[in-house]
Amino acid sequence: MTPIPPDHALYVAAALFALGLTGVLARRNLLFVLMSLEVMLNAAGLAFVAGGARWGQADGQIMFLLVLTLAAAEVAIGLALLLAVHLRVGSLDGDLLSRLRG
Amino acid sequence: MNIAFIISAAVAVVATGLVITARNAVHALLYLVVSLLAVAVIFLLLGAPFAAALEVIIYAGAIMVLFLFVVMMTEAAPEPRPVEGLRDPRLWLGPTLLTTVLLVELAVLLALGLAEGVAGAAVGPAAVGARLLGPYLLAVELASMLLLAGLVGAWHLGRPAGIDPGSRPPATKETGR
Repeated sequence: MTPIPPDHALYVAAALFALGLTGVLARRNLLFVLMSLEVMLNAAGLAFVAGGARWGQADGQIMFLLVLTLAAAEVAIGLALLLAVHLRVGSLDGDLLSRLRG
Repeated sequence: MNIAFIISAAVAVVATGLVITARNAVHALLYLVVSLLAVAVIFLLLGAPFAAALEVIIYAGAIMVLFLFVVMMTEAAPEPRPVEGLRDPRLWLGPTLLTTVLLVELAVLLALGLAEGVAGAAVGPAAVGARLLGPYLLAVELASMLLLAGLVGAWHLGRPAGIDPGSRPPATKETGR
């Protein structure tokens, strides 16, 4: 079987990133926004791994590991914020947060 | 062109599209897991088995469970009759079909002995670990600090409202547990 051309993997990463960005911009539910953020981070990790595979080095997978760590920390903070919003506002609609007051 | 890569990429893109268009949060989570599994197969095809394993264990396992907990805590009352919901194939047919496609693909790859090193030179976990704890040691320490900051931040945000973290609880006898 022939090797996968790295630009094809980058195309997939770009498509996933665009889909995640669409979700972040279009969805109002904060939970879906966080899921779309995960998709975007995952697409970035895919680009790193594709780059590492292109040169046959381990650095791409290491950067993916760091992206994974970032995603774990981000999702912990994001979900805690989401629960706080749910507790105070009673909804997950991000538009309601435009009426924040001190 | 690599047919296995195209199948995985198509599953990933379709599942991700269904994530951002889903109405039900649990359905979106199911499709997100499918998308992450498809990306894990792509990692395997790219010659990165360690990244594929981490993708399944941490992304599709741990992080998705976190999401599921939050869905359970924020959604309204659950389905009154879950058994009826399980019998309704519209709820689980889509993710099941996509994961079946991935499973068949992975089984064929394993049967043909092509699961590793399709890209020519697979970079195994040993090479990743040697690099990770060698030149990237500072990055590992920074990642641990980031995780600690995430832990403290999540604890701070998740504490019950109205409790001042600076004040001690009045009952001091229960602290000896």
